[in-house]
Amino acid sequence: MTASAPPPVLEARDLHTYYGGAHILADLSFVLNDGEVVVLLGRNGAGKTTTMKSVMGLVRMRAGTVHLEGADITGEEPHVIARAGMGYVPEDRRIFGDLTVMENLEVGRQPPRPGAPAWTPERLFGMFPNLAEMRSRPAGRMSGGEQQMLTVARTLMGNPKVLLLDEPSEGLAPVIVDQMAATIQALKAEGLSILLSEQNLHFATAVSDRAYIVEKGRIRYEGTMDALAADAEVRNTYLTV
Amino acid sequence: MGDFVVTLLTGLSSAAALFLVASGLSIIFGVTRIVNFAHGSFYMLGAYIGVTTVQSIGGGAVGFWVAILLAAVLVGLIGVAMEVLLLRRIYRAPELFQLIATFGVILVIQDVTLWIWGSEDLVGPRAPGFTGAVTILGQRLPEYDLVLIAVSPLVLAGLWLLFNRTRWGTLVRAATLDRQMVSALGVNQRWLFTGVLFLGSALAGLGGAIQLPKGGADLLMDFNIIAAAFVVVVVGGMGSIGGAFLAAILIGLLQTFGIQIFPNSTLILMFLVMAVVLIFRPWGLLGRPEIPGHGVVEAPEAPLRPAGRSLRIGGALAMAFLLLLPVAHLIAPSLVGDFSLVLTIEILIFVLFAVALHFIMGPGGMVSFGHAAFFGGGAYGAALLVKFADAPMEIAFWAAPAGAALLAILFGWFCVRLTGVYFAMLTLAFAQIAWSIVFQWGEVTGGDDGILGTWPSDWASSRVAYYYLTVGFTVAGILAMRRILFAPFGYTLRAGRDSPLRAAAIGIDLKRHQWIAFTISGAFAGLAGALFVYSKGSVFPTSMEIARSFDALLMVLLGGVHSLTGPIVGATALTWLNDLFSELSYWRFLLGATIIALVLLLPDGLAGLGDSWAGRRLGLASPGSESGAGPGSGSGAGDREAPA
Ligand SMILES: Nc1ncnc2c1ncn2[C@@H]1O[C@H](COP(=O)(O)OP(=O)(O)OP(=O)(O)O)[C@@H](O)[C@H]1O
Ligand SMILES: [Mg+2]
Repeated sequence: MTASAPPPVLEARDLHTYYGGAHILADLSFVLNDGEVVVLLGRNGAGKTTTMKSVMGLVRMRAGTVHLEGADITGEEPHVIARAGMGYVPEDRRIFGDLTVMENLEVGRQPPRPGAPAWTPERLFGMFPNLAEMRSRPAGRMSGGEQQMLTVARTLMGNPKVLLLDEPSEGLAPVIVDQMAATIQALKAEGLSILLSEQNLHFATAVSDRAYIVEKGRIRYEGTMDALAADAEVRNTYLTV
Repeated sequence: MGDFVVTLLTGLSSAAALFLVASGLSIIFGVTRIVNFAHGSFYMLGAYIGVTTVQSIGGGAVGFWVAILLAAVLVGLIGVAMEVLLLRRIYRAPELFQLIATFGVILVIQDVTLWIWGSEDLVGPRAPGFTGAVTILGQRLPEYDLVLIAVSPLVLAGLWLLFNRTRWGTLVRAATLDRQMVSALGVNQRWLFTGVLFLGSALAGLGGAIQLPKGGADLLMDFNIIAAAFVVVVVGGMGSIGGAFLAAILIGLLQTFGIQIFPNSTLILMFLVMAVVLIFRPWGLLGRPEIPGHGVVEAPEAPLRPAGRSLRIGGALAMAFLLLLPVAHLIAPSLVGDFSLVLTIEILIFVLFAVALHFIMGPGGMVSFGHAAFFGGGAYGAALLVKFADAPMEIAFWAAPAGAALLAILFGWFCVRLTGVYFAMLTLAFAQIAWSIVFQWGEVTGGDDGILGTWPSDWASSRVAYYYLTVGFTVAGILAMRRILFAPFGYTLRAGRDSPLRAAAIGIDLKRHQWIAFTISGAFAGLAGALFVYSKGSVFPTSMEIARSFDALLMVLLGGVHSLTGPIVGATALTWLNDLFSELSYWRFLLGATIIALVLLLPDGLAGLGDSWAGRRLGLASPGSESGAGPGSGSGAGDREAPA
């Protein structure tokens, strides 16, 4: 990125988050540029999920700022942040088990947003063909992989500009992981900017442009995927490979 | 045969109001997780407002129904006002805190209703076109009963369409499952909450208005329906409308048939059914277990700390005050009247009761809605011994807590299998069973007339002597409970509250610990009950009623559930306020408004305020220190009880 680049779509600066007295995120900053896929890498408990929840307004930060497309969204409520164009896909999926696939999508539906791809259930069924066959099935009676697809599709119904994807490959069969990687690349091609969190370095390398390594709530490393691939020491220090 | 059919139909018709109130309660709980205690008040308002709207619109063939619907809408708007003005400001506070707010609303609505419509029961208007009776197999059934029978399925169908065929309904169902996720998808929860409060309250209002031709309107409707509505919601499954429908019919039939078979035990029957259902289906007929963890992220609770210096000084001052009050009374009776001793005795009794409830609620995380069972159990235990065995006070005083403990062993065995709101509801059910037995078994308990003549032994019969006796028992009781909480048993209890799974993983038999804690708490509540009987010289079923349980809950929550000083401060403040206001007309309004104001101003409870205020003022408390001591902590026991 050169100095004259447009402002990043998402910029988090000096985030500090606490759970009770425990200082979980300290001085955590990152940027996500337009059309990029950036990954937060880190071991269990490093603070990846907490970072995403802080950005999304789901946990309160004690300090720090978050800007979405230049607008300050610090401290806003989750629904305001979502409506500003941020899509959040939680790691534990959190589909509405009693609701059908179509109803889950309906909950996510928001008006189209200029400058962001517009989604309809039909378009999403094109992207996730499995879901098309179970439109009226209660989401609680789907496989883990299908639920993972549904939770992404549900968030896309909000026509986000930025997608926060928390460990999308976790607990999925290898075939489904490949499918997920293809999906992320397709979304990138649509013009979405994506912040990913991962422990799976292989998966992250396949889809990401840049990486941040998080450890104990701090950024320990920042670089392109190529640079990280070349740096065995960093990988061995911070990641379980 | 005709008898049977007509009874069946009467039962179905009486299910209508129950279903309307319960479905509203269930819908509100589903989304907001608030158990709206004021729901019975909305039902009562529906009836009163219905009388007025029918009068002003005129009860013609169309006008009557328009007026009924208008009453429902108006009550819905009152529900919205409660949400916007009150609940919305405290959604971030701990869940239970919202309960207190709805208590306040109950009291305010009672007095506002009294003020607007007067104390006379109102006769309901009759429904045009349905004033006669039909004859079925030789038996007569009011035509209006047929209307009521049709109402429940119609409303059920309407709700089904609303929840399954509209976007709003889909959002509400989603929010019932995981409301945080719904907001992360861009939905403003506030509008959902407001909408749900409107719908739920309007249903209760409709229930009140539509039963007018049968039941009229009176000031007891709120508490009369709320217990039954809780039963229906719990039996059906919290948050399940279909369940509420089934359960309303079940309870409606049970009540009408029950009256014929066991005329004196209808109330017991209802709660017995609830207890049985909860034992076999802990989440109700059509309910589902709570999914933990998807709520708001809450800070882990700070550990209980041994008494800080400011608290020990405060405790010593309180103790000195208690010990010296009678001296002041003897020296200057005109300044410190007999009444101040009476009031202090009452305060102390409720302090003991509240601390006993807090014992399971705070450290144990078990919220009991029915703790009056043990207070009243102790009170009646003592009084019955006096009545039938002519037992002296010295014996009754030991028998009362023992009897209450036995009751708690029995109830606790069932209750500790459940958690959260289901636990609370089951305790309420058992308390109501106990209350109904006392109330309906007149030959033994005297029923409504109570038991008289429970006076202290000679040595304790003077006011001052009984006062010191009360001080002694209360302080000793509090210190004993405090001792237990700072012993390994107490740590285990708290570990179980904070993480049941981990506690189980390290081999703790949590249920057993909870059962024992429940029993200990029941015993001390029973002791408070015994003190109460002998201070009054009599006992009535009111010592066991729901309102008494709610009072105790209010004391703990208002004082602050997170510290041991909370229930002490709460009980003192509330008993004193009660007394202060009880002289005035519309004291309920004042009390309710005070409670609401406190909730809005002090989301940490009174003790939280006292702590931070005194701490800052005196510079004594270390920053962030939690309170955690009884009034007797100044007597020297405090320092040795620091957790190892
Ligand atoms: N609700 C909570 N209360 C207290 N501490 C929490 C809470 N949630 C997470 N933590 C702690 O915060 C730290 C960061 O957790 P976080 O979930 O952000 O990690 P993560 O990087 O997403 O891990 P994983 O790869 O396992 O998902 C951990 O030490 C965790 O124990
Ligand atoms: Mg995580």
